[in-house]
Order: sequence, then structure tokens, then C-alpha cells
Amino acid sequence: MRLTREELLRAYRRMRMIRGFEEKLAELVAAGKMGGFMHLYAGEEAVAVGVCENLHETDWVASTHRGHGHCIAKGVDVAAMMAELFGRATGCCKGKGGSMHIADMDKGMLGANGIVGAGIPLTTGAALTAKLKRTGAVAVAFFGDGASNQGQFHESLNMAALWKLPAVYVVENNGFGEFTPTEFAVPVKDIAVRAGSYGMRSLIADGMDFFDVYEKAADAIAHARRGDGPVLLECKTYRFHGHYVGDSLAYRSKEEALRWIQTRDPLQAFERSVVEAGLVLSDDLRRLDREVQDELALAVAAAEAAPLPDASELLTDVYVGDAA
Amino acid sequence: MSRKLTFGMAINEAIHIAMQTDPDVILLGEDVAGGGDRSQEGTDEMGGVLGTTRGLVKAFPGRVLDTPISEMGLLGTAVGAAATGLRPIAELMFMDFIGICLDPLLNQAAKLRYMFGGKARVPLTVRTVTGAGMQAAAQHSQSLYWITAGIPGLKTVIASNPHDAKGLLLAAIRDGNPVIFCEPKSLLFTQGEVPEGDYTVPIGKAALVREGSDVSLIAMGATVPMCLQAADRLAAEGTRAEVLDLRSLAPLDEEAVLATLAKTGHVVVVDEATPRCGIASDVAALCVGRGFDFLNGPVKRVTAPHAPVPFSRPLEQAYMPSAARIVAAVRELS
Repeated sequence: MRLTREELLRAYRRMRMIRGFEEKLAELVAAGKMGGFMHLYAGEEAVAVGVCENLHETDWVASTHRGHGHCIAKGVDVAAMMAELFGRATGCCKGKGGSMHIADMDKGMLGANGIVGAGIPLTTGAALTAKLKRTGAVAVAFFGDGASNQGQFHESLNMAALWKLPAVYVVENNGFGEFTPTEFAVPVKDIAVRAGSYGMRSLIADGMDFFDVYEKAADAIAHARRGDGPVLLECKTYRFHGHYVGDSLAYRSKEEALRWIQTRDPLQAFERSVVEAGLVLSDDLRRLDREVQDELALAVAAAEAAPLPDASELLTDVYVGDAA
Repeated sequence: MSRKLTFGMAINEAIHIAMQTDPDVILLGEDVAGGGDRSQEGTDEMGGVLGTTRGLVKAFPGRVLDTPISEMGLLGTAVGAAATGLRPIAELMFMDFIGICLDPLLNQAAKLRYMFGGKARVPLTVRTVTGAGMQAAAQHSQSLYWITAGIPGLKTVIASNPHDAKGLLLAAIRDGNPVIFCEPKSLLFTQGEVPEGDYTVPIGKAALVREGSDVSLIAMGATVPMCLQAADRLAAEGTRAEVLDLRSLAPLDEEAVLATLAKTGHVVVVDEATPRCGIASDVAALCVGRGFDFLNGPVKRVTAPHAPVPFSRPLEQAYMPSAARIVAAVRELS
């Protein structure tokens, strides 16, 4: 294993933070303390963290409506994220974005996105910037199986392949596009094969296995960074919650969900691997669990105590005030 | 020094200056490099369907990018590039194509800065050809700037002459916001005086292009020369018409509109676009809302009808506003 103990602990902490963050949101929404549409990432942690552990702060990621995990994995401040979801002035988007537009450009996080597939060409553009300005950066798009049916996906892959852009397209195939099982929307078993028509490399990873995602993402990102062109990386994963908090889940069986949650949890799989290999003690992980819980409790308390945006903020940030 | 250039060549010169003065400026679109970067082979590239970008790929190899016919992909890519450090000029060959690529403008370029609490900048210029007059029929002749002018976060400008085309385009490229730059196709091959060198025409400022005291003709793009023609004919009848060129549709120079209204008391708004939900209605609402006390009669609108643009020459001519229709509208006021 190429990861150091410190790197393993950091990866676990980030996955645990995503899980803890999402479970906290589910509670807060159920308690009526938080509004808006909330799409939770729990279950898919190994994908965001497995990919982003290979990235630098100067690399870019673009995300989806299910974007909290990508933010945390890319290093966005959790307290500022929590404040954003509470609609507070101290939020990372000053309370103007909310869950579906949560972002932090300073961390290379180009935003969650309320339009399915729209983050994909933004990534292509970030990769074009990296190539033309020779910054050495890589741009990564996270999107779902559903987005792979959008025109933006195909147009982006075509252009990125044509121009050999330093982009990695990560499709998180979680089995459902909103409420429709993927097999009713995608006529191929592996979305990865769609790279073939663009002459693009593709890889498939077990999205519930941090180490498999990490290795394949390392390969894909190195390929892109070397200037060898874009890669499509399909991660097979599963959404522990519904499409959004409060969805009836009538479209999938309880047994199926339980099977994934009980036997394929990416956090448990990670723990088994590192503890059995003697790299990390269970106690180390429990300490991180407590740290994460404490950090989240503080984030919620701080967010609840933070000021709401002033009405004058309604009309700020619409335009840059630097017209020629 | 100034000399005569076509509208299209004024645009070409503006892009040239922008690319020379700022290494972050790139140009991308369908055929903008002439259907393939053949500069190394010595092929004389065509510079796009209307020849507007001719010569740029030779001057700036690697920064003038032919894209596939993928309007959504190219605009989305341009938005992403703008947000991450480039200053792209994207060409949407005809504004009619906005139907298949609106999301990158509507939901991305226009909103990233706001949604991200002011942390993003999207210095993107979208050049696009608008309007009727070339028998290009229903899907290549529309004036759809009312769509982008109605989207907060975007700016929309339209020039009426080569001088303003060059200066407005330079201002658009150097603006920190996404700007839609409309090129009326009936004007692209008309000539006018264009100063050499680097200058900008400010976005958000209308230009009073003819002074008068009896009626205000408010125009944009291709309807400006129509209004000037109409003003000549009206002058022969003893009616002195003032002509205001809006130049910027969003933001709208409301003060300039109210100032000319206050002076003449009569307004005719002339717009190449269809009549509903458009710039003409917007200006009329401004005149009635904020300028009611200055009005000495109804606000008249001369626009295209609520119909697709026809192909056949006489039908297309009947579709478009004209000096004759403007004169007729002014006569109805008295």
C-alpha cells in the first residue's frame, strides 16, 4: 500500500466527516431546522475521498446536486458549509447558494450544481485553462449515471479527447437516476464503455472500496496530468439515502438497501483493511470518530448562532463592478 | 487616425487588440479558425461563416480554437475556462442556436458569482449574429437578445456601426462579467469610420446619434440606421426627430431614455425583435412608469410581428421594421 499512516488517517477522517455531516443534515431536516432540497452523499464517500486524495488544492473539481461530499473531500471548511446550509451570512457562499450551489473557488471547488450534467463542461473549461496557461492542474468532474445521458457529457468528452485536456470524468454510478434504476435509462452495463466512442481511456472502480478508487483515480489523474489526455472513471457505488431527504424510497426494496448498507459500507471496508493490515488501530479510528462528532456539533452550534444575511445582500454579487 | 472598415472587420480588429494586450484572451467557436487550424500549411483560412475572424489564427496560433458543432459543450467549456482564469470570447454562430445551449448562460455564467457569494468571476464574451435581412429564414434570422437581456447576471450589448462595434467589443471582453455581444447580420458588411488603436465604448451608455425636438426614436443595432433614414424623411416634412441608440440592452441606460423623452414628449421604440416580452416593451414600460409626466402621447412600438421570420424576399421585407413604418408611426402621433 502506497499510503502513509497519516494519509490513511486523513482519508478516513474525511470519509467519516462526510458520513457524519450527511447524517447530521438528515436529522436537522427531519427536525425542521433546515430548509431547501437536500441530496445526501452517504454511502459514496470512498469515491469523493478516493479521488480527491490524489488532487492538489490548485486542481479543480465540479460537482452535482449531491455535492457536500465533494466539498469536504476537496478541503472546503465544514463549519462554513454548515453555516451555508443554515442560510447564514457566514456560509461559504454567504447564504446565497445553499446545498445545490455550495462551492469554494479558493479550494478549487467549482460548485455543486442544480442542473444535471452542467458541471461536466465547466470541468472541461477548467481543464482548457490548465492546458493553455500551463498551470499543471487537473480538472475533475463528478456526476451521476443519469448525467451520462445528457448532451453536455457527450459534447464535453468529445472536446476533451480532441484537445487532449487534463480532465478526469468520474461517473458515480449509484444505481439510480433520481428514482429510476439505471438499467431503465442506460442501455449498457458499464457507463465506462461510453469513453470508447471518443477514443478516450476508461477505468472501472469499485466505488465502495476506497483503495480501488484511490488506485484507479491515481492512474487516471496521472495520465491526465502528464498530458496524455482525459480519462473516464466509472465508480460503481450506492446511495444509502434516497434521491433527497424525505423521498418515499418506494422505488427500491428495503432488502436491497439493507444489503448494501450492512455489507458494503465503505467506512467499514476501509477499517477492516487498515486494521487487518496492522497499519492503523481501531482506537485511532474511534478517536477520529469522536473528533468529527465534536467538530460537527461545534459547526452546528456556530451556524445556529451566526447572523442571517442582511437584506442589503440581496443585490450584491450579481455583477462584478469592474466594467471597462 | 481613423479609416473606413466594415462592421465585421471592426470586430476582427477588436479581437486582435484584445488578444494582443491580454494573453488570457482566447477565441473559440465553430469554424473561427477557418474550419481547422491550417496556419502551418499556409492555407488562407476563411475565418468563420461570415469571415469575421479571418487572420486571427495566424496571428495567435493555439489561442483560436475551432470547436466541434457542440454549442452547449463549447459554451459550457467557455464558462468553465472563464471561471478558472481565461478570458474567452466564444462564438455562437447564430443567436437562433441559443435554444440548444442556454443552460451554460442561464444557469451557469449568469449565476455562479451570485450563488458562490461573490467568489467567482466569469469574464466571458459571447459573440453572436442576430437579425433578419439575408433571407436566412426562420432559424437563422431571429433577434433573441431579449432572452439574455432578461437574465440577471448577464449583460447584453448590440452595436449599430463599426466604430461602436470595435469599442463595445473591447469593453465586453475586458468586463468582469459575462457579456452577450450581438452582431446584426444586416450591418456586418456595412462600412464606417473606425479609429485605429485601442479604445472602448462603455457598456450601459446609450448614444444620442441625432438631435431633435419633436419625437424620440429609440433604436438598437440594425434599427438605428433605419431610424436615421426615417429622421431624414421626417425632417423634410418639418418634424425634427431625435435618435437614441441604446447600444446596451442590459444594463439599460434608463437616464438617457428619460432624458430624450423629457426633451420631446414623444417616443417611438424600434426593435427588430418580436413584440412580446421584449426590449421595446421594456422601454415603453420605463417611459410610462418613470417618464409619465413627460409624455404627450402614447408610446409607439415598431417591431417585427409575432411570427417566425419568413424566407421569401418580399415577406422578409414586410417582416422587418423599416424607415417607412417608423415614419408612419410618428405620423400617428400627431
